[in-house]
Amino acid sequence: MIAENVAFGIIAAAMALGAIGVVRTKNVVHAALYLVVVLAGGAAQFILLGQEFVAWVQVLVYIGAVIVLFLFGIMLTRAPMHPKDSLDNDLRWPAAVTALFLVGILVGLLVHTFHADKIEKLQVNGPVRTGQITNAIFTSYIIPFEVVGVLLLGALIGAVVLARKD
Amino acid sequence: MIAIEVGWGTTLAIKTAVVLGIVPLTALILGYVFLLKMMSHMQSRLGPMDPGGFHGWYQLIGDGIKFLQKEDIMPGEADRRVFALAPAIVVLSTFLVFVVIPAGPRIRVASLDSVKMFDGVGVFYALAVSSLSVIGVLMAGWASSNKYALLGALRAAAQLIAYELPLVLAVVGVVIQAGTMSLQGIVHFQQTGSLFGWSGIGFPLILTQFVGFALFMVASQAELTQPPFDMPVAESELVAGYMVEYTGFRFLFFFIGEFGTAFAFAALAATLFLGGWSVPWVHCTAADFLGPAVLFAKVMFVAFLMFWARFTYPRFREDQLQAIAWKWLIPIALANILLTGVLKVAF
Repeated sequence: MIAENVAFGIIAAAMALGAIGVVRTKNVVHAALYLVVVLAGGAAQFILLGQEFVAWVQVLVYIGAVIVLFLFGIMLTRAPMHPKDSLDNDLRWPAAVTALFLVGILVGLLVHTFHADKIEKLQVNGPVRTGQITNAIFTSYIIPFEVVGVLLLGALIGAVVLARKD
Repeated sequence: MIAIEVGWGTTLAIKTAVVLGIVPLTALILGYVFLLKMMSHMQSRLGPMDPGGFHGWYQLIGDGIKFLQKEDIMPGEADRRVFALAPAIVVLSTFLVFVVIPAGPRIRVASLDSVKMFDGVGVFYALAVSSLSVIGVLMAGWASSNKYALLGALRAAAQLIAYELPLVLAVVGVVIQAGTMSLQGIVHFQQTGSLFGWSGIGFPLILTQFVGFALFMVASQAELTQPPFDMPVAESELVAGYMVEYTGFRFLFFFIGEFGTAFAFAALAATLFLGGWSVPWVHCTAADFLGPAVLFAKVMFVAFLMFWARFTYPRFREDQLQAIAWKWLIPIALANILLTGVLKVAF
Protein backbone atom coordinates (compact mmCIF):
# COMPACT_ATOMS: atom_id res chain seq x y z
CA MET A 1 0.00 0.00 0.00
CA ILE A 2 3.01 2.28 0.26
CA ALA A 3 3.05 3.16 -3.44
CA GLU A 4 -0.64 4.03 -3.32
CA ASN A 5 -0.15 6.20 -0.25
CA VAL A 6 2.74 8.09 -1.86
CA ALA A 7 0.70 8.60 -5.04
CA PHE A 8 -2.27 9.75 -2.98
CA GLY A 9 -0.09 12.27 -1.15
CA ILE A 10 1.37 13.72 -4.34
CA ILE A 11 -2.01 14.00 -6.07
CA ALA A 12 -3.65 15.43 -2.96
CA ALA A 13 -0.91 18.08 -2.67
CA ALA A 14 -1.36 19.02 -6.35
CA MET A 15 -5.14 19.25 -5.81
CA ALA A 16 -4.71 21.43 -2.73
CA LEU A 17 -2.32 23.78 -4.58
CA GLY A 18 -4.77 23.92 -7.50
CA ALA A 19 -7.64 24.71 -5.14
CA ILE A 20 -5.64 27.51 -3.51
CA GLY A 21 -4.86 28.79 -7.01
CA VAL A 22 -8.57 28.88 -7.85
CA VAL A 23 -9.35 31.27 -5.02
CA ARG A 24 -6.07 33.23 -4.99
CA THR A 25 -5.71 34.23 -8.64
CA LYS A 26 -6.97 37.58 -9.86
CA ASN A 27 -7.72 36.24 -13.31
CA VAL A 28 -11.05 34.46 -13.85
CA VAL A 29 -9.71 32.34 -16.71
CA HIS A 30 -6.73 31.25 -14.61
CA ALA A 31 -9.13 30.27 -11.84
CA ALA A 32 -11.03 28.01 -14.25
CA LEU A 33 -7.75 26.46 -15.42
CA TYR A 34 -6.62 25.80 -11.84
CA LEU A 35 -9.96 24.07 -11.36
CA VAL A 36 -8.93 21.67 -14.15
CA VAL A 37 -5.97 20.60 -11.98
CA VAL A 38 -8.29 19.93 -9.04
CA LEU A 39 -10.76 17.91 -11.13
CA ALA A 40 -8.00 15.94 -12.88
CA GLY A 41 -6.60 15.14 -9.43
CA GLY A 42 -10.05 13.88 -8.43
CA ALA A 43 -10.05 11.58 -11.48
CA ALA A 44 -6.58 10.32 -10.53
CA GLN A 45 -7.77 9.54 -6.99
CA PHE A 46 -10.68 7.53 -8.43
CA ILE A 47 -8.16 5.47 -10.43
CA LEU A 48 -6.18 4.84 -7.24
CA LEU A 49 -9.39 3.46 -5.73
CA GLY A 50 -9.84 1.13 -8.71
CA GLN A 51 -12.83 3.08 -10.07
CA GLU A 52 -11.77 3.46 -13.70
CA PHE A 53 -15.22 4.15 -15.09
CA VAL A 54 -15.96 6.90 -12.56
CA ALA A 55 -12.54 8.42 -13.24
CA TRP A 56 -13.16 8.74 -16.98
CA VAL A 57 -16.69 10.02 -16.37
CA GLN A 58 -15.03 12.73 -14.27
CA VAL A 59 -12.70 13.58 -17.19
CA LEU A 60 -15.41 13.48 -19.87
CA VAL A 61 -18.10 15.37 -17.94
CA TYR A 62 -16.21 17.77 -15.69
CA ILE A 63 -13.04 18.59 -17.64
CA GLY A 64 -14.43 17.99 -21.12
CA ALA A 65 -17.78 19.70 -20.68
CA VAL A 66 -18.31 21.64 -17.44
CA ILE A 67 -14.96 23.48 -17.46
CA VAL A 68 -15.37 24.16 -21.18
CA LEU A 69 -18.77 25.71 -20.45
CA PHE A 70 -17.18 27.79 -17.64
CA LEU A 71 -14.44 29.04 -19.97
CA PHE A 72 -16.98 29.61 -22.74
CA GLY A 73 -19.20 31.67 -20.45
CA ILE A 74 -16.30 33.68 -19.01
CA MET A 75 -14.87 34.45 -22.44
CA LEU A 76 -18.28 35.42 -23.86
CA THR A 77 -18.93 37.89 -21.06
CA ARG A 78 -15.75 39.30 -19.50
CA ALA A 79 -12.26 37.93 -19.63
CA PRO A 80 -9.74 40.75 -19.21
CA MET A 81 -6.18 39.68 -19.97
CA HIS A 82 -4.60 41.84 -17.27
CA PRO A 83 -7.26 42.49 -14.63
CA LYS A 84 -6.74 45.58 -12.47
CA ASP A 85 -9.30 44.97 -9.75
CA SER A 86 -9.04 42.21 -7.22
CA LEU A 87 -11.79 39.60 -7.35
CA ASP A 88 -12.11 39.56 -3.56
CA ASN A 89 -15.25 40.73 -1.79
CA ASP A 90 -16.19 41.31 1.85
CA LEU A 91 -17.68 37.90 2.54
CA ARG A 92 -14.58 36.27 4.06
CA TRP A 93 -16.11 35.44 7.41
CA PRO A 94 -19.37 33.97 6.07
CA ALA A 95 -17.28 31.99 3.58
CA ALA A 96 -15.05 30.65 6.35
CA VAL A 97 -18.10 29.60 8.39
CA THR A 98 -19.65 27.85 5.37
CA ALA A 99 -16.38 26.06 4.59
CA LEU A 100 -16.00 24.84 8.19
CA PHE A 101 -19.63 23.70 8.18
CA LEU A 102 -19.05 21.73 4.97
CA VAL A 103 -15.86 20.14 6.29
CA GLY A 104 -17.72 19.16 9.46
CA ILE A 105 -20.54 17.51 7.52
CA LEU A 106 -18.14 15.62 5.21
CA VAL A 107 -15.91 14.39 8.06
CA GLY A 108 -18.96 13.39 10.08
CA LEU A 109 -20.46 11.46 7.17
CA LEU A 110 -17.16 9.67 6.42
CA VAL A 111 -16.67 8.66 10.05
CA HIS A 112 -20.31 7.61 10.35
CA THR A 113 -20.14 5.48 7.18
CA PHE A 114 -16.75 3.82 7.50
CA HIS A 115 -15.95 3.97 11.25
CA ALA A 116 -12.48 2.48 11.61
CA ASP A 117 -12.39 0.54 8.32
CA LYS A 118 -9.11 0.84 6.50
CA ILE A 119 -9.11 1.40 2.76
CA GLU A 120 -7.41 -2.01 2.18
CA LYS A 121 -10.52 -3.78 3.40
CA LEU A 122 -12.79 -1.75 1.16
CA GLN A 123 -10.76 -2.24 -1.98
CA VAL A 124 -11.78 -5.10 -4.24
CA ASN A 125 -9.24 -7.16 -6.11
CA GLY A 126 -8.39 -4.81 -8.95
CA PRO A 127 -10.64 -2.30 -10.67
CA VAL A 128 -14.39 -2.24 -10.25
CA ARG A 129 -16.29 -3.44 -13.30
CA THR A 130 -18.51 -1.02 -15.16
CA GLY A 131 -21.26 -3.61 -14.94
CA GLN A 132 -21.15 -3.53 -11.13
CA ILE A 133 -21.66 0.24 -11.16
CA THR A 134 -24.61 0.09 -13.56
CA ASN A 135 -26.17 -2.77 -11.60
CA ALA A 136 -25.87 -0.72 -8.41
CA ILE A 137 -27.39 2.36 -10.06
CA PHE A 138 -30.31 0.53 -11.62
CA THR A 139 -31.17 -1.66 -8.63
CA SER A 140 -30.15 -0.38 -5.18
CA TYR A 141 -30.00 3.30 -6.12
CA ILE A 142 -32.76 3.51 -8.74
CA ILE A 143 -34.92 5.98 -6.78
CA PRO A 144 -32.14 8.52 -6.05
CA PHE A 145 -31.06 8.15 -9.68
CA GLU A 146 -34.56 8.94 -10.97
CA VAL A 147 -34.93 11.83 -8.50
CA VAL A 148 -31.68 13.36 -9.73
CA GLY A 149 -32.94 12.94 -13.29
CA VAL A 150 -36.16 14.84 -12.51
CA LEU A 151 -34.15 17.52 -10.67
CA LEU A 152 -31.91 18.02 -13.72
CA LEU A 153 -34.96 18.22 -15.99
CA GLY A 154 -36.45 20.86 -13.69
CA ALA A 155 -33.20 22.83 -13.76
CA LEU A 156 -33.07 22.64 -17.56
CA ILE A 157 -36.63 23.87 -18.00
CA GLY A 158 -36.01 26.59 -15.42
CA ALA A 159 -32.93 27.73 -17.33
CA VAL A 160 -34.92 27.91 -20.58
CA VAL A 161 -37.70 29.90 -18.89
CA LEU A 162 -35.21 32.34 -17.32
CA ALA A 163 -33.31 32.81 -20.59
CA ARG A 164 -36.38 33.52 -22.71
CA LYS A 165 -37.12 37.20 -23.17
CA ASP A 166 -40.77 36.98 -24.30
CA MET B 1 6.52 -15.71 -28.77
CA ILE B 2 9.51 -13.55 -27.94
CA ALA B 3 10.50 -14.31 -24.38
CA ILE B 4 12.34 -11.27 -23.14
CA GLU B 5 11.82 -10.41 -19.51
CA VAL B 6 11.72 -6.67 -19.06
CA GLY B 7 10.94 -4.72 -15.94
CA TRP B 8 7.97 -2.49 -15.35
CA GLY B 9 9.93 0.73 -15.75
CA THR B 10 11.61 -0.41 -18.96
CA THR B 11 8.26 -1.43 -20.42
CA LEU B 12 6.79 1.93 -19.56
CA ALA B 13 9.75 3.74 -21.13
CA ILE B 14 9.54 1.66 -24.34
CA LYS B 15 5.78 2.17 -24.62
CA THR B 16 6.07 5.91 -24.09
CA ALA B 17 8.81 6.12 -26.71
CA VAL B 18 6.69 4.14 -29.19
CA VAL B 19 3.66 6.40 -28.75
CA LEU B 20 5.81 9.54 -28.90
CA GLY B 21 7.33 8.28 -32.14
CA ILE B 22 4.17 6.97 -33.79
CA VAL B 23 1.91 9.99 -33.37
CA PRO B 24 4.07 12.48 -35.35
CA LEU B 25 4.69 9.73 -37.91
CA THR B 26 0.96 9.18 -38.47
CA ALA B 27 0.44 12.93 -38.76
CA LEU B 28 3.22 13.04 -41.34
CA ILE B 29 1.72 10.14 -43.34
CA LEU B 30 -1.80 11.60 -43.42
CA GLY B 31 -0.49 15.07 -44.15
CA TYR B 32 1.62 13.79 -47.01
CA VAL B 33 -0.71 11.27 -48.61
CA PHE B 34 -3.97 13.17 -48.30
CA LEU B 35 -3.28 16.86 -47.72
CA LEU B 36 -0.35 17.25 -50.10
CA LYS B 37 -0.99 14.57 -52.73
CA MET B 38 -4.64 13.55 -52.84
CA MET B 39 -6.02 17.06 -52.46
CA SER B 40 -3.59 18.55 -54.94
CA HIS B 41 -4.52 15.98 -57.58
CA MET B 42 -8.27 16.21 -56.86
CA GLN B 43 -8.19 19.99 -57.14
CA SER B 44 -5.66 20.15 -60.00
CA ARG B 45 -3.10 22.23 -58.14
CA LEU B 46 -0.06 20.05 -57.90
CA GLY B 47 2.24 22.12 -55.70
CA PRO B 48 5.90 21.17 -55.32
CA MET B 49 6.55 18.02 -57.37
CA ASP B 50 10.36 18.09 -57.57
CA PRO B 51 11.97 17.80 -54.09
CA GLY B 52 13.23 14.27 -53.55
CA GLY B 53 12.36 13.16 -57.07
CA PHE B 54 9.19 11.09 -56.79
CA HIS B 55 6.13 13.35 -56.50
CA GLY B 56 8.00 15.77 -54.26
CA TRP B 57 7.98 13.36 -51.30
CA TYR B 58 10.74 15.28 -49.53
CA GLN B 59 8.75 18.52 -49.36
CA LEU B 60 6.90 17.72 -46.10
CA ILE B 61 10.12 16.77 -44.28
CA GLY B 62 11.63 20.04 -45.49
CA ASP B 63 8.55 21.87 -44.21
CA GLY B 64 8.95 20.18 -40.83
CA ILE B 65 12.59 21.26 -40.56
CA LYS B 66 11.56 24.78 -41.60
CA PHE B 67 9.04 24.92 -38.74
CA LEU B 68 11.74 23.91 -36.25
CA GLN B 69 14.05 26.67 -37.46
CA LYS B 70 11.50 29.48 -37.15
CA GLU B 71 11.70 32.03 -34.39
CA ASP B 72 9.38 31.40 -31.44
CA ILE B 73 7.23 34.54 -31.53
CA MET B 74 4.80 35.38 -28.76
CA PRO B 75 2.42 38.37 -28.87
CA GLY B 76 3.44 41.13 -26.43
CA GLU B 77 0.04 41.18 -24.73
CA ALA B 78 -0.25 37.39 -24.58
CA ASP B 79 -0.72 35.47 -21.36
CA ARG B 80 2.66 33.77 -21.67
CA ARG B 81 2.23 30.61 -19.62
CA VAL B 82 -1.24 29.76 -20.92
CA PHE B 83 -0.13 30.57 -24.48
CA ALA B 84 2.81 28.17 -24.17
CA LEU B 85 0.81 25.41 -22.50
CA ALA B 86 -2.14 25.36 -24.95
CA PRO B 87 -0.53 23.45 -27.89
CA ALA B 88 0.89 20.90 -25.45
CA ILE B 89 -2.60 20.12 -24.12
CA VAL B 90 -3.98 19.68 -27.64
CA VAL B 91 -1.14 17.25 -28.50
CA LEU B 92 -1.46 15.49 -25.13
CA SER B 93 -5.07 14.62 -25.85
CA THR B 94 -3.98 13.11 -29.19
CA PHE B 95 -1.22 11.04 -27.56
CA LEU B 96 -3.58 9.71 -24.90
CA VAL B 97 -6.08 8.38 -27.46
CA PHE B 98 -3.36 6.27 -29.12
CA VAL B 99 -2.70 4.46 -25.85
CA VAL B 100 -5.70 2.12 -26.08
CA ILE B 101 -5.94 1.36 -29.81
CA PRO B 102 -5.02 -2.31 -30.32
CA ALA B 103 -2.88 -3.19 -33.35
CA GLY B 104 -2.89 -6.96 -32.85
CA PRO B 105 -3.89 -9.68 -30.37
CA ARG B 106 -1.03 -8.74 -28.09
CA ILE B 107 0.10 -5.41 -29.53
CA ARG B 108 -1.26 -2.47 -27.61
CA VAL B 109 0.17 0.06 -25.21
CA ALA B 110 -2.46 -0.49 -22.54
CA SER B 111 -5.76 -2.26 -22.94
CA LEU B 112 -7.29 -1.07 -19.66
CA ASP B 113 -8.70 -4.62 -19.52
CA SER B 114 -8.12 -5.91 -16.07
CA VAL B 115 -10.22 -8.15 -13.87
CA LYS B 116 -11.27 -10.49 -16.60
CA MET B 117 -10.29 -10.35 -20.24
CA PHE B 118 -12.23 -7.77 -22.29
CA ASP B 119 -13.59 -6.08 -19.24
CA GLY B 120 -12.10 -2.63 -19.63
CA VAL B 121 -13.23 0.88 -20.38
CA GLY B 122 -11.12 1.29 -23.56
CA VAL B 123 -13.47 3.10 -25.92
CA PHE B 124 -14.93 5.25 -23.15
CA TYR B 125 -11.41 6.29 -22.13
CA ALA B 126 -10.56 7.17 -25.75
CA LEU B 127 -13.63 9.42 -26.06
CA ALA B 128 -12.98 11.01 -22.65
CA VAL B 129 -9.37 11.98 -23.34
CA SER B 130 -10.15 13.18 -26.86
CA SER B 131 -12.43 15.79 -25.28
CA LEU B 132 -9.45 17.38 -23.49
CA SER B 133 -8.31 19.16 -26.66
CA VAL B 134 -11.19 21.66 -26.33
CA ILE B 135 -9.51 23.12 -23.24
CA GLY B 136 -6.28 23.58 -25.19
CA VAL B 137 -8.14 25.30 -28.03
CA LEU B 138 -9.91 27.70 -25.64
CA MET B 139 -6.63 28.44 -23.87
CA ALA B 140 -4.87 29.14 -27.16
CA GLY B 141 -7.62 31.47 -28.38
CA TRP B 142 -7.86 33.42 -25.15
CA ALA B 143 -4.15 33.68 -24.36
CA SER B 144 -3.32 35.00 -27.84
CA SER B 145 -4.95 38.31 -26.88
CA ASN B 146 -6.36 38.57 -30.37
CA LYS B 147 -10.00 39.11 -31.37
CA TYR B 148 -9.86 36.67 -34.28
CA ALA B 149 -8.28 34.02 -32.10
CA LEU B 150 -10.88 34.45 -29.35
CA LEU B 151 -13.75 34.28 -31.86
CA GLY B 152 -12.27 31.14 -33.38
CA ALA B 153 -11.83 29.54 -29.97
CA LEU B 154 -15.42 30.32 -28.96
CA ARG B 155 -16.73 28.86 -32.22
CA ALA B 156 -14.53 25.80 -31.70
CA ALA B 157 -15.80 25.26 -28.16
CA ALA B 158 -19.45 25.56 -29.20
CA GLN B 159 -18.88 23.15 -32.08
CA LEU B 160 -16.84 20.58 -30.17
CA ILE B 161 -19.36 20.44 -27.32
CA ALA B 162 -22.24 20.03 -29.76
CA TYR B 163 -20.56 17.22 -31.72
CA GLU B 164 -19.14 15.36 -28.74
CA LEU B 165 -22.64 14.07 -27.91
CA PRO B 166 -23.31 12.36 -31.27
CA LEU B 167 -19.72 11.02 -31.23
CA VAL B 168 -20.23 9.30 -27.89
CA LEU B 169 -23.81 8.24 -28.64
CA ALA B 170 -22.81 6.72 -32.01
CA VAL B 171 -20.41 4.39 -30.20
CA VAL B 172 -23.04 3.24 -27.68
CA GLY B 173 -24.75 1.08 -30.32
CA VAL B 174 -21.50 -0.82 -30.90
CA VAL B 175 -20.94 -1.22 -27.17
CA ILE B 176 -24.46 -2.60 -26.70
CA GLN B 177 -24.08 -5.09 -29.52
CA ALA B 178 -20.59 -6.28 -28.58
CA GLY B 179 -21.44 -6.27 -24.88
CA THR B 180 -18.11 -4.72 -23.90
CA MET B 181 -16.37 -1.34 -23.84
CA SER B 182 -12.95 -2.89 -24.31
CA LEU B 183 -11.58 -2.18 -27.80
CA GLN B 184 -9.84 -5.57 -27.83
CA GLY B 185 -13.13 -7.20 -26.84
CA ILE B 186 -14.99 -5.38 -29.63
CA VAL B 187 -12.40 -6.61 -32.16
CA HIS B 188 -12.74 -10.19 -30.88
CA PHE B 189 -16.53 -9.96 -31.12
CA GLN B 190 -16.19 -9.00 -34.78
CA GLN B 191 -13.51 -11.60 -35.49
CA THR B 192 -15.31 -14.56 -33.97
CA GLY B 193 -18.76 -13.62 -35.24
CA SER B 194 -20.27 -15.14 -38.34
CA LEU B 195 -22.64 -14.05 -41.07
CA PHE B 196 -25.56 -16.53 -41.28
CA GLY B 197 -23.15 -19.29 -40.31
CA TRP B 198 -20.42 -18.16 -42.75
CA SER B 199 -17.36 -16.89 -40.92
CA GLY B 200 -15.35 -15.78 -43.96
CA ILE B 201 -15.19 -12.11 -42.97
CA GLY B 202 -16.24 -12.43 -39.36
CA PHE B 203 -18.93 -9.96 -38.41
CA PRO B 204 -17.82 -6.37 -38.96
CA LEU B 205 -20.20 -4.24 -36.90
CA ILE B 206 -20.75 -1.82 -39.77
CA LEU B 207 -23.27 -4.36 -41.11
CA THR B 208 -25.69 -3.59 -38.30
CA GLN B 209 -24.32 -0.30 -36.99
CA PHE B 210 -24.08 1.51 -40.34
CA VAL B 211 -26.08 4.40 -38.85
CA GLY B 212 -23.58 4.60 -36.00
CA PHE B 213 -20.70 4.53 -38.48
CA ALA B 214 -22.17 7.41 -40.49
CA LEU B 215 -22.80 9.43 -37.32
CA PHE B 216 -19.28 8.70 -36.06
CA MET B 217 -17.73 9.84 -39.33
CA VAL B 218 -19.72 13.11 -39.44
CA ALA B 219 -19.12 13.86 -35.75
CA SER B 220 -15.40 13.08 -35.91
CA GLN B 221 -15.11 15.35 -38.96
CA ALA B 222 -16.62 18.12 -36.82
CA GLU B 223 -14.41 17.26 -33.83
CA LEU B 224 -11.37 17.67 -36.09
CA THR B 225 -12.71 21.09 -37.24
CA GLN B 226 -12.10 19.97 -40.80
CA PRO B 227 -14.09 21.30 -43.74
CA PRO B 228 -17.07 21.30 -44.13
CA PHE B 229 -17.08 21.89 -40.35
CA ASP B 230 -14.18 24.37 -40.28
CA MET B 231 -16.06 27.44 -39.04
CA PRO B 232 -13.58 27.82 -36.09
CA VAL B 233 -10.54 28.07 -38.36
CA ALA B 234 -12.29 29.67 -41.34
CA GLU B 235 -9.23 31.14 -43.03
CA SER B 236 -11.13 33.61 -45.18
CA GLU B 237 -12.82 35.43 -42.29
CA LEU B 238 -10.96 34.48 -39.10
CA VAL B 239 -7.50 34.06 -40.71
CA ALA B 240 -6.91 30.80 -38.84
CA GLY B 241 -8.99 31.15 -35.68
CA TYR B 242 -7.29 30.13 -32.48
CA MET B 243 -4.00 29.31 -34.25
CA VAL B 244 -3.46 32.74 -35.77
CA GLU B 245 -0.73 33.91 -33.36
CA TYR B 246 1.20 30.65 -33.32
CA THR B 247 4.38 30.14 -35.34
CA GLY B 248 7.14 27.62 -35.76
CA PHE B 249 7.36 24.83 -33.26
CA ARG B 250 4.10 25.58 -31.48
CA PHE B 251 2.20 25.75 -34.76
CA LEU B 252 3.73 22.36 -35.62
CA PHE B 253 2.17 21.04 -32.40
CA PHE B 254 -1.29 22.08 -33.63
CA PHE B 255 -0.56 20.45 -37.00
CA ILE B 256 0.49 17.19 -35.33
CA GLY B 257 -2.54 17.41 -33.07
CA GLU B 258 -4.93 17.85 -35.99
CA PHE B 259 -3.59 15.07 -38.20
CA GLY B 260 -2.66 12.75 -35.34
CA THR B 261 -6.22 13.04 -34.05
CA ALA B 262 -7.55 12.40 -37.56
CA PHE B 263 -5.52 9.17 -37.58
CA ALA B 264 -6.72 8.28 -34.08
CA PHE B 265 -10.39 8.80 -34.98
CA ALA B 266 -9.91 6.80 -38.20
CA ALA B 267 -8.30 4.02 -36.15
CA LEU B 268 -11.20 4.11 -33.67
CA ALA B 269 -13.73 3.92 -36.52
CA ALA B 270 -11.80 1.04 -38.10
CA THR B 271 -11.62 -0.78 -34.77
CA LEU B 272 -15.24 -0.22 -33.78
CA PHE B 273 -16.96 -0.76 -37.10
CA LEU B 274 -14.58 -2.53 -39.51
CA GLY B 275 -13.04 -5.21 -37.32
CA GLY B 276 -9.78 -3.48 -36.37
CA TRP B 277 -6.68 -5.63 -36.76
CA SER B 278 -8.61 -8.85 -37.22
CA VAL B 279 -8.44 -11.18 -40.19
CA PRO B 280 -10.93 -13.96 -39.39
CA TRP B 281 -8.90 -16.88 -40.78
CA VAL B 282 -5.58 -15.74 -39.29
CA HIS B 283 -5.02 -16.55 -35.64
CA CYS B 284 -2.60 -15.88 -32.81
CA THR B 285 1.03 -15.59 -33.83
CA ALA B 286 0.42 -14.68 -37.47
CA ALA B 287 -2.09 -12.02 -36.43
CA ASP B 288 0.60 -10.39 -34.32
CA PHE B 289 2.49 -9.66 -37.51
CA LEU B 290 -0.43 -9.13 -39.90
CA GLY B 291 -2.54 -7.14 -37.43
CA PRO B 292 -0.76 -3.79 -37.63
CA ALA B 293 -0.70 -3.93 -41.45
CA VAL B 294 -4.40 -4.80 -41.62
CA LEU B 295 -5.29 -2.04 -39.16
CA PHE B 296 -3.15 0.44 -41.08
CA ALA B 297 -4.88 -0.45 -44.36
CA LYS B 298 -8.31 0.02 -42.77
CA VAL B 299 -7.26 3.29 -41.14
CA MET B 300 -6.01 4.63 -44.46
CA PHE B 301 -9.34 3.69 -46.07
CA VAL B 302 -11.37 5.46 -43.36
CA ALA B 303 -9.01 8.45 -43.47
CA PHE B 304 -9.48 8.54 -47.25
CA LEU B 305 -13.26 8.89 -46.72
CA MET B 306 -12.69 11.66 -44.17
CA PHE B 307 -10.36 13.66 -46.37
CA TRP B 308 -12.48 13.03 -49.46
CA ALA B 309 -15.36 14.82 -47.70
CA ARG B 310 -12.92 17.46 -46.46
CA PHE B 311 -11.76 18.41 -49.94
CA THR B 312 -15.18 18.18 -51.58
CA TYR B 313 -17.77 20.13 -49.61
CA PRO B 314 -17.90 23.87 -48.88
CA ARG B 315 -18.11 25.19 -45.33
CA PHE B 316 -21.34 25.09 -43.30
CA ARG B 317 -22.69 28.27 -41.73
CA GLU B 318 -22.58 28.49 -37.93
CA ASP B 319 -26.37 28.06 -37.53
CA GLN B 320 -26.36 25.11 -39.96
CA LEU B 321 -23.56 23.52 -37.91
CA GLN B 322 -25.51 23.70 -34.68
CA ALA B 323 -28.79 22.62 -36.34
CA ILE B 324 -27.16 19.50 -37.82
CA ALA B 325 -25.81 18.42 -34.44
CA TRP B 326 -28.82 19.14 -32.24
CA LYS B 327 -31.75 18.56 -34.62
CA TRP B 328 -30.44 15.65 -36.67
CA LEU B 329 -27.42 13.77 -35.37
CA ILE B 330 -28.40 13.51 -31.69
CA PRO B 331 -32.02 12.35 -32.29
CA ILE B 332 -30.83 9.83 -34.90
CA ALA B 333 -28.15 8.55 -32.50
CA LEU B 334 -30.70 8.16 -29.68
CA ALA B 335 -33.10 6.30 -32.00
CA ASN B 336 -30.21 4.05 -33.06
CA ILE B 337 -29.39 3.24 -29.43
CA LEU B 338 -33.05 2.48 -28.67
CA LEU B 339 -33.39 0.20 -31.72
CA THR B 340 -30.12 -1.60 -30.97
CA GLY B 341 -31.17 -2.16 -27.37
CA VAL B 342 -34.58 -3.53 -28.36
CA LEU B 343 -33.10 -5.83 -31.00
CA LYS B 344 -30.35 -6.99 -28.61
CA VAL B 345 -33.00 -8.04 -26.07
CA ALA B 346 -35.28 -9.53 -28.77
CA PHE B 347 -32.59 -11.74 -30.35
